[in-house]
Amino acid sequence: MCGIVGLLVKNQKMRTNIGSLMLPMLIGMTERGPDSAGLAIFGQPVADDERKFNLYTSDMDFNWQKLSHDFLTHLGSKVVNFTQKANHAVLTTHLEPTTVKTWLKEHYPQVHLLSIGQLMDIYKDVGTPAQVAERYGFEQMSGSHLVGHTRMATESAVTPAHAHPFTAGQDWCLVHNGSLSNAHNLRRKLNHEGIQFETDNDTEAACRYLEWRMREGDDLKTALEHGFDALDGFYTLLMGTKDQLALVRDPFACKPAIVAEHDDYVAIASEFRSLAHLPDIKNAKVFEPSPQEMYVWKV
Amino acid sequence: MESLKYNLDVTPLRELNQFLHSNPSELDGKTIEISNPNGAHNIAVGLKADVNVTIQGHAGYYAAGMNQIAHVVIEGSAGSGVAENMMSGRVHVKGFASNAAGATSQGGLLIIDGDAGLRCAIALKGADVVVGGSVGSFTAFMAQAGNLVVLGNAGDALGDSIYEANIFVRGSVKSLGSDCIEKPMDEERRQILVDLLAKSGHASISPECFKRFGSARTLYNFKVDNAGAY
Repeated sequence: MCGIVGLLVKNQKMRTNIGSLMLPMLIGMTERGPDSAGLAIFGQPVADDERKFNLYTSDMDFNWQKLSHDFLTHLGSKVVNFTQKANHAVLTTHLEPTTVKTWLKEHYPQVHLLSIGQLMDIYKDVGTPAQVAERYGFEQMSGSHLVGHTRMATESAVTPAHAHPFTAGQDWCLVHNGSLSNAHNLRRKLNHEGIQFETDNDTEAACRYLEWRMREGDDLKTALEHGFDALDGFYTLLMGTKDQLALVRDPFACKPAIVAEHDDYVAIASEFRSLAHLPDIKNAKVFEPSPQEMYVWKV
Repeated sequence: MESLKYNLDVTPLRELNQFLHSNPSELDGKTIEISNPNGAHNIAVGLKADVNVTIQGHAGYYAAGMNQIAHVVIEGSAGSGVAENMMSGRVHVKGFASNAAGATSQGGLLIIDGDAGLRCAIALKGADVVVGGSVGSFTAFMAQAGNLVVLGNAGDALGDSIYEANIFVRGSVKSLGSDCIEKPMDEERRQILVDLLAKSGHASISPECFKRFGSARTLYNFKVDNAGAY
């Protein structure tokens, strides 16, 4: 099954509360996805020459302080910022992504690099949406837009790495409700382009395909048009970029989606029960997105 | 008429549905208002009494499914499978309906004021369905009996593999499914259409604006050419 949620807050004042607005949306999708949950949230950007590296380990007692200290000692680079919650940390630095990746692989292979970007942070783990939200403090988070997911695994294992959102490149993420029938073909095609995969999850193939299209020069809409031809299967895909949310459904509309557009926000979910609590929802324009159409909302 | 109010923010849905399943003689003639439905699934399913139920907001999946006798009004939108397998009575959705509205319904009347999603009236078995807006692809797929009226447009593969159901469309049809063809509007069908327009609050709309579609009967009839295959 799986549940998806998305929220883009237009009202500047409400952006500090985006986490608390979103939390009931995510928890509302627990029945659709009780085994894992995740969130990608877009907040204030770091400086132009800085990048945020979101790190994850399954070890709850991991010594993050030592990692931060070793990073400084080995690379001689100042860590601009280091924040940590449970088994997740965000490391902000001037260093090149490849340098950080290589260093992590060599010294901390048990630490998984979740994402790289200037605005986006990604949190995901196994557990119910309420447990995962509590672990990372989703309720207290602020930002302009976000994408969330609750997972009921069907085609690959229940592990933190298989949880959504998936990401590729920088400040780009995707969540998926459905199943792709040509994920392996897509993966082989992308392997020929030199693209590496981290899991055997079908969603990762869609995520890396679209990110690859955009690196090849497509804008988001063109990439999605290519996606309609390239992706075979059932899907509702919700995507986040540094300044946009985008939604598409397969031509058979096999997987649900509902949208509420309000003066203060745009909210997207698999079902209305995740939107019902939103402020002044009665005056929002609620509609079901059509199959094989692109919906894009700008921050 | 006695009116009862249920607030689903306070009362568990199961308690409401169990009340609605109590002895029909206790429910007959009652009006029940349900507030804060908030997209919950299975609201007012399996009704079997002469009651009027109003759902004051958006309903989730399978609202008023398997309905018999009862009249159910949904003031907002309905999720997948609204009034699926209805046997009799009437279900009125004032907003839009998601996929598979009225699926396999055998009797009664389903009215949707807004659009309906894909696979509306799929495997229809005798009910009447009137959609004020447009319908998505694969509408009336394998519909066997009953009538579907669409005031707006129809998507791809309308009436694919249809049996003896009648489809009336006022707007455009993107494409017809296998074995579905346009048929002449005979007097019998015209009368069915006029009655359904009147019953669904569209009496002012002329039946002349509609085209009728039905089965070419080349798929489901036994063909002597195929005798050797058995």
